[in-house]
Amino acid sequence: MSDSLENNPDPQQGDALPAKKSSVEIAGRRISIGALAAWVGIFALLALLAFGLLRNQEGPVTVGETVPDFTLTTFDGDQISLEELQDKVVVLNFWASWCKPCEEEAADLEAAWRIYAPRGDVVFLGVDYVDTETEAMVYLEKFDITYPNGPDLRTEISQAFRIRGVPETYIIGKDGKLAAFKISPFISLAEIQSMIDPLLES
Amino acid sequence: MVANLGYGALVITLLVSLYGIGAAYYGARTSKHAWIASARNATLLTFPLITVSALSIIYLLVTNDYQVDYVASVTSNSMPFYLKVTALWGGQPGSLVFWSWLMAAFASAVTLRKWERDQEFLPWVVIVTLVTLGFFVSLNIFFENPFLRLWQTTTGGVTKAMLQPAGSVAYIPMDGSGLNPLLRHPGMIIHPPMLYLGFVAFVIPYAFAIAALVTGRTDDRWIRITRRWTLVAWLFLSLGLILGGRWAYDVLGWGGYWGWDPVEIAAFMPWLTGTAFLHSVMIQEKRGMLKHWNMILIILTYELVIFGTFLTRSGVLSSVHAFAQSAIGPVFFAFMGLTFIVSLSLLLKRWNDLKAKTQMSSLLSREALFLLNNLLFMGILVVCFWGVIFPLISEIFTGQKVTVGPPFYERATGPLFAGLLLLMGVAPLAAWRHSSAKTLGRAMWKPFIASLVVLVVVLVSGVRNWAALLGFWLSAFVALVTLYEFWRGALARRRRSGENLPIALWHLAGRNRRRYGGYIIHLGVVLMAIGIIGIELFQTETQGTISRGEQISLGDYTVTFDSLSVFDTQDGRNVARAVMSVERNGRYVGELYPRRDYYYESQQPMTIPGVRSTWEDDFYILLVDWQPISSAGATFKIYHNPLVNWLWLGGFVFILGTLVAAWPERDPEKNRVSARSSSYATAKA
Amino acid sequence: MMSINRFSKFFPIFILLAGLFALMSAADQVQAQGEQPAGPTDNEVNAIAKQLYCPVCENIPLDVCPTQACAQWRELIREKLAAGWSEDEIKTYFVAQYGDRVLAQPPATGLNWLVYIIPPLAIIAGIYVLYRAFRAWRQAPEDEITEELPVAEVDDAYVAKLEEELRQR
Repeated sequence: MSDSLENNPDPQQGDALPAKKSSVEIAGRRISIGALAAWVGIFALLALLAFGLLRNQEGPVTVGETVPDFTLTTFDGDQISLEELQDKVVVLNFWASWCKPCEEEAADLEAAWRIYAPRGDVVFLGVDYVDTETEAMVYLEKFDITYPNGPDLRTEISQAFRIRGVPETYIIGKDGKLAAFKISPFISLAEIQSMIDPLLES
Repeated sequence: MVANLGYGALVITLLVSLYGIGAAYYGARTSKHAWIASARNATLLTFPLITVSALSIIYLLVTNDYQVDYVASVTSNSMPFYLKVTALWGGQPGSLVFWSWLMAAFASAVTLRKWERDQEFLPWVVIVTLVTLGFFVSLNIFFENPFLRLWQTTTGGVTKAMLQPAGSVAYIPMDGSGLNPLLRHPGMIIHPPMLYLGFVAFVIPYAFAIAALVTGRTDDRWIRITRRWTLVAWLFLSLGLILGGRWAYDVLGWGGYWGWDPVEIAAFMPWLTGTAFLHSVMIQEKRGMLKHWNMILIILTYELVIFGTFLTRSGVLSSVHAFAQSAIGPVFFAFMGLTFIVSLSLLLKRWNDLKAKTQMSSLLSREALFLLNNLLFMGILVVCFWGVIFPLISEIFTGQKVTVGPPFYERATGPLFAGLLLLMGVAPLAAWRHSSAKTLGRAMWKPFIASLVVLVVVLVSGVRNWAALLGFWLSAFVALVTLYEFWRGALARRRRSGENLPIALWHLAGRNRRRYGGYIIHLGVVLMAIGIIGIELFQTETQGTISRGEQISLGDYTVTFDSLSVFDTQDGRNVARAVMSVERNGRYVGELYPRRDYYYESQQPMTIPGVRSTWEDDFYILLVDWQPISSAGATFKIYHNPLVNWLWLGGFVFILGTLVAAWPERDPEKNRVSARSSSYATAKA
Repeated sequence: MMSINRFSKFFPIFILLAGLFALMSAADQVQAQGEQPAGPTDNEVNAIAKQLYCPVCENIPLDVCPTQACAQWRELIREKLAAGWSEDEIKTYFVAQYGDRVLAQPPATGLNWLVYIIPPLAIIAGIYVLYRAFRAWRQAPEDEITEELPVAEVDDAYVAKLEEELRQR
């Protein structure tokens, strides 16, 4: 912030602009350093706030957009990155053990996984959002989840997808672009299938 | 029907405001007084109009008209009457109307003053106040409409609209969600109004400053006119901040009174520039200096008010305090940008006219020390501002979210606040214009020696923490200097008038309200500092789970969990109330009743601590609500807060001092003279 | 001093008494903490939780956050403490899991240096401006006496009147 005090070095010269005042020439007009600093400061602040607002208004990743690459470190220690899953349909599900609505869809997701797993071209990934490992393992055991799950380290993945809460599911097509998404839990197994099946004809 | 009336009143208020702005501008440009008078009347008209709107909302709230979405979101059947009225500012739309109502009230009040000497200011003051009012009213009209009603559409969904959509029927919920339980505390009921009063009242000095810049009347007339407005605005803002702290202490259960939360800081920043301004204008009045700086300060104060309101309401920041995300962000941003640019342009245009023959002969003169005071306040402002916007910068440039929390603010502002305390002790003894180390020393040595005695006493009593020692010493020093000033002034008056000391003191303060009111405020600050030192540096806490009959101890205190009763109340709460008996050093000192209230309709719990307050300390027990509560085991969090009640006492003295300073005198001219002659007398003493 | 023989007769009793003594001191602790199992106390957990912020709800310290998620994080701290982790290790773990925002201050890396540098710089800049201003103002001419406020004429009349009144008292 520029807070310039009365910086007049020569008080004797009434109203005329003293010759030695620090100023610069811009576009043919003289402007003092202080004034320039004030304008720059204000526009910088406004630009910053504008960015902040735009960011706020941004929704999650949109359908058709190329999904940002990420790497998930599973609870078992494996590293899975989106890059290596090219030519596969990826079902990315954000969940947390402290999230009650997540439990509603947990069983359906696991059932869907078991149906698609033998095909080999569909991958289910679970991203544990801001959770503790102990509680997460309890959750996974409770629903007997077998597809890979890992913590969202440093919340990088959820930030990349700009999620607003849990649960949210993002289905990425074989081309690496977002094909569909679901905010809030899936109502049934059929709904999950209805979102995946259209992507399997390639 | 009432909702339509309320909304209509808002729309008409906007139209009248727009008319007033146009009429005032045209009248000012063409010097046609009829138009200016018309604009003045328009301003006066906005107040009854917006009162109609506010009363409509209150009527809807009190009659439980749940078809109106706002009413359903902030009231419920079981809420008591007074809470329903105060629910007016319980949510975003209603609180914006309340803001506008206050703006219209102040705009009207200022247009009702005598304008003979300042005719050229009138149209511009009208314009600035009506532009601000118009902006807030349009927020309500276009974005946050408190009169939207709920309709059930043919497809079965529920929408909100002013007018009935085709084919839909009215949707009237059986009960509302009720006000957030945290907002049902008395402190919370007057804290927002006080803050808004402060914010809105600062618009008036700003309006006059802009008027001064536009008309070129850059002498200190605008300052003299708005002196009382500024003091009143500052009074309300200070009161709002203090009440906020008290509410947080009572209800949040964090054992503290200030969390350095971004929204708290957003309200604190205009207070900082406002306080700097209050001191700095005295320099302009006494010495004619710093005209540029005073303009900058008042413009900054207004812009910080708008910026703070933007931060709280746009959803750019999130915190305990912030309103939910809203569409008003971008509009607010545009308004902020507009006012920044206009204010800065006007200031730069008149920059050279604000020049004065400035001369400062001594670095220890009062004006120099006031400037130092301003530097420190601005330093604190920079720390606060930077800390608030840095998370945003970090997120935009690196994608990483960071938290800038209390350790940053405390470490950075601690030394600055200490510097301000020191100045409070030295500046009252410094004379205007000429003051040397010798004269200052001569005036200062008695209170200084006395303060050292106090320091020794504090050391002897066992305090070893260097920050506390410094803080206590500075507090003692300032208190002694201030009391010394009262003493000298009263003695001088007694010599002159023969009155006895108490009467002399009373008359002295009466004749020099600003000066002695200011001294009382400084004493209030000292008391607050003592409380803050106690709780910040010496607070201890403990937490434990015990069953009935068992004990927890903290320091000298032992607490026994005697019993627990759980019951439902009439106003929709489930209350778990523990009875704890407290002993100190083995002696029984009383019973405390920490509670957990669970509000059924909003499904939210709230903890109310059991507190034992003395001048020495607060013993504060919380019944923790995120653990199970039963006789077999309940978790208690206990805080020991030494000296904290001096904080609230100090706040009270602070407000009292501001009232003294702001109290209207019978003859303002006489008062100004007395202040000068008494400063003349004491400077020579 | 007892003879060795008598000492050895009483030795078991001494052991028993020593054991009882130890038990009683431990019991004191248990009394104060009630139902809690032996392990990190709430206070030890809070000492660390105080320095961290809730990863989900912004700007709320972890030791007072009432949500279930926060309760789980405090249990996580308790687990790690029981496993012997140090305070720094726990904090590093939280940062690795949830990002920098759990810390009460931005870690002094990369762009974050700005947080710590800017305020002191601004204050120094302010001191410099003030210094320049003071210097300029002190160089002004010697006609201090004639330099007065624009509204001085009004005051002078009052000053004269007051001085006269004072003289009369």
